[in-house]
Amino acid sequence: MSAGSFSADPVLSDDVWREQDTEPSAIESALRELLKRRHAEKASFVPARVCNLVVVVDRAWRGEVQNRLERVGRYHPSRTILCAVEAGRTSLDAWATMSAEPTEGDICLAHEHVEIEIGPSHLPHLDTIVDPLLVTDLSTVVWSPHGHDEAVDSLVAHAQVVLLDSVDDPDIERALARSTSLADRAYVVDLAWLRSTPWRERISASFDPRPLRPLLRSISGVTIRHHPDSAAAALLLVGWLATRLGWEVGTATRHGDRWHAKAHARRQDVAIGLEPAPEQSVRGLAGVTIETAGGMSLSLDRGAGGLRAVRRDRAGRLQEWTILGASRGEAGILGEGVRQALLRDFTYRPALAAASAMAG
Amino acid sequence: MATVEENPLSEALERLPVHPTTLVIFGATGDLAHRKLLPALYNLAHEGALPERFNLIGSARREMSDDAFRETARDSIRRFSRTPPHEPVLTALLSDIRYVSGTFDDPAIYDKLSRIATEFDAQAALPLNRVFYLSTAPGFFPVIVSSLGASGLDHTEGAEVRVVIEKPFGTDLETALVLNRAVLSVFDEPQVYRIDHYLGKETVQNMLAFRFANGMFEPLWNRNFIDYVQITAAEDIGIGSRAGYYEKAGAFRDLVQNHMLQLLTLLCMEPPVTFSADEVRGEKVKVLHAIHTPTAEEVPDLAVRGQYGPGLYAGEPVPGYREEEDVPADSTTETYAALRLEVDNWRWAGVPFYLRTGKRLARKVTEIAVTLKPVPHLAFAQEGSVGVRPNQLVLTVQPNEGVSLSLGAKIPGTRMRIRPVNMEFLYGTSFMSQSPEAYERLILDAMRGEATLFTRDDEVEAQWRICDPVLSAWAQTPGPLPQYPAGSAGPAEAGGLLRGDAHWRSL
Repeated sequence: MSAGSFSADPVLSDDVWREQDTEPSAIESALRELLKRRHAEKASFVPARVCNLVVVVDRAWRGEVQNRLERVGRYHPSRTILCAVEAGRTSLDAWATMSAEPTEGDICLAHEHVEIEIGPSHLPHLDTIVDPLLVTDLSTVVWSPHGHDEAVDSLVAHAQVVLLDSVDDPDIERALARSTSLADRAYVVDLAWLRSTPWRERISASFDPRPLRPLLRSISGVTIRHHPDSAAAALLLVGWLATRLGWEVGTATRHGDRWHAKAHARRQDVAIGLEPAPEQSVRGLAGVTIETAGGMSLSLDRGAGGLRAVRRDRAGRLQEWTILGASRGEAGILGEGVRQALLRDFTYRPALAAASAMAG
Repeated sequence: MATVEENPLSEALERLPVHPTTLVIFGATGDLAHRKLLPALYNLAHEGALPERFNLIGSARREMSDDAFRETARDSIRRFSRTPPHEPVLTALLSDIRYVSGTFDDPAIYDKLSRIATEFDAQAALPLNRVFYLSTAPGFFPVIVSSLGASGLDHTEGAEVRVVIEKPFGTDLETALVLNRAVLSVFDEPQVYRIDHYLGKETVQNMLAFRFANGMFEPLWNRNFIDYVQITAAEDIGIGSRAGYYEKAGAFRDLVQNHMLQLLTLLCMEPPVTFSADEVRGEKVKVLHAIHTPTAEEVPDLAVRGQYGPGLYAGEPVPGYREEEDVPADSTTETYAALRLEVDNWRWAGVPFYLRTGKRLARKVTEIAVTLKPVPHLAFAQEGSVGVRPNQLVLTVQPNEGVSLSLGAKIPGTRMRIRPVNMEFLYGTSFMSQSPEAYERLILDAMRGEATLFTRDDEVEAQWRICDPVLSAWAQTPGPLPQYPAGSAGPAEAGGLLRGDAHWRSL
């Protein structure tokens, strides 16, 4: 094991510690030393204490994930521990830094970033490497965007939250089953679910005026248009509608990349359709149409400046308007995922169960 | 599952639905609208927090077309929004914005507002809620309110009508009573939302969480353990270009009557049964009622005022108040006010509450410092160290929001010597999110019909009942005022308010 060293990194212009063939206690000790040094430089320097984020990535794709993490903006985790998996590696190399943006007359808030290069053999027992590096008493979030289920299984006992994206796995049944299994052991923040948040809010708002609320009882059809990779997100949205409105959902049938299902509401059946929208370039939903037995329909579709809403009444009259809102982008979704790790949404699990039932 | 009539889809959503709304801003070309209200509306639009159908109408005296107002609003949002505007959202927000010009006593503008609001209802095929935001000079509040009533705009079939009234709500008890009577002759109290933007600040709201979500403080939160409380709202800047406003208001009306009494009530109130608007406001009013109203004779003993003279700010000489632009050379307006109050109830009897505020003080800080009583017996030697000090809990509202607790700790070494140390929690270290502007929260709450963060009629009257005698006494003895150098901690006379071992915290 080589001796760890501190250097003034010209790119980061922050203290950087690095060591090859290292071990967790050395990394933990380096983090404490970094804090002491930065505090000695500037008394107003304080470490952020929001949550630990443990990220497990393939080393070849670490840059792409790192870019996403750097763009999460205001919802930055306070200590990020990125484990980059490299085939054939048997020892640990690591570097650590504390970065802060000094503001005149204000506290100087620092984020800690640790990166550890690990090998596949480390994954089943990754907890023994990561646990000593976690800030005690803070929520710990685990995110493994490139699979590595064994690493997540190893860490889940130390984590309060697992961040995942149900649309990452092209096998939807398997993705939903994995989410369900993890949700039994930790609180799951599903980015696919978060992408549907504006849609859930808007659907709820569209039926919220008192004269329109009774229409919720007469919904007879739901069609969801989605990015071709995001059928899981569409299923979760239907699952949410079904569980909130008390529908009994049946198993969906697939015709190519389209899904059809039927749900039983108290008064009528609800025809459910999921349709890919190849024109959509980003993951998530492209549009929703809700129809009622009385002949009313409401469509919400992505548009300039928000969602384009079109309502057709039973007489066939059309109303169109824009529901204002800016897209959060994928970086914003990830940032929202970090923020949601501090909250609890009790509607996800029932929606996940209904989505799984439809997926069969 | 909730019944359909309760909208089961809204459960667990972070952003609850807001009924479709038409918002009318009176004073739409004014400074507040440009710097705060329009940017706040943009940010709500950006976040997707506005109602699914939202229409905006501006009204002011200046002649202007809809298009010209649209461009003015666009410019204001670009300059003052905390979020860089996303052009498609900005364009969509302003696409159907309307502007109605005219004097506020002209019935024609209300007819026009009514026609436009009805047109928006027809477009939505739904009666939209209507919110009238009075962002004008206070002198126009009565005429606008009575005109809204006369033109039938105080109610609408199938939807809610609300009126938001900016501060100041009166300049003394009499004017506040008159204004309340004028407003309540047209609107019912639940329709009225009196703004105190301090209550929209996250850190002020956090005081409720601090007090009522942490069991460890409640046993100490009373006269048995608390020696005294200091509430400070200090600013290091002068009055800038606000001489016109400040000459009429002064430090006491500007901050003590509203913001500082809000902090005091949040600190002293009993736990509400629920966090509903009337439960919370009811508890706050009880605190105000428990505060002894000073007599004219008591005022010199309970209140101190001052005015800043020339001094230094950041090492540079700065003028005194009377040398500021547009300030009369013989002005007797106070730029500093300090007050000692007592809350005469079971919990607080005998605990002095010291309030102070001022311009051009040594440091910008808003904080509440709660000093606990000293330990009953001191077994440690005091020599050779600064010794044991009473514990002090400081809630900082700005600039570094947080909580700190001073504790006695042993100085390392062979002797048992004690010195105070601080245990600090900084709000910004634990929540990375950018707090919304106070106006974003308040506008949304008004549209939602959530009144907790607004001042109720009896609350504003109770505030003035406490403040009126001080202002009357000061009006009868206009000067000369004690002077303090700019950049200092305020006039020395403020020290005379303190009782027992109390001392002003250094700024």
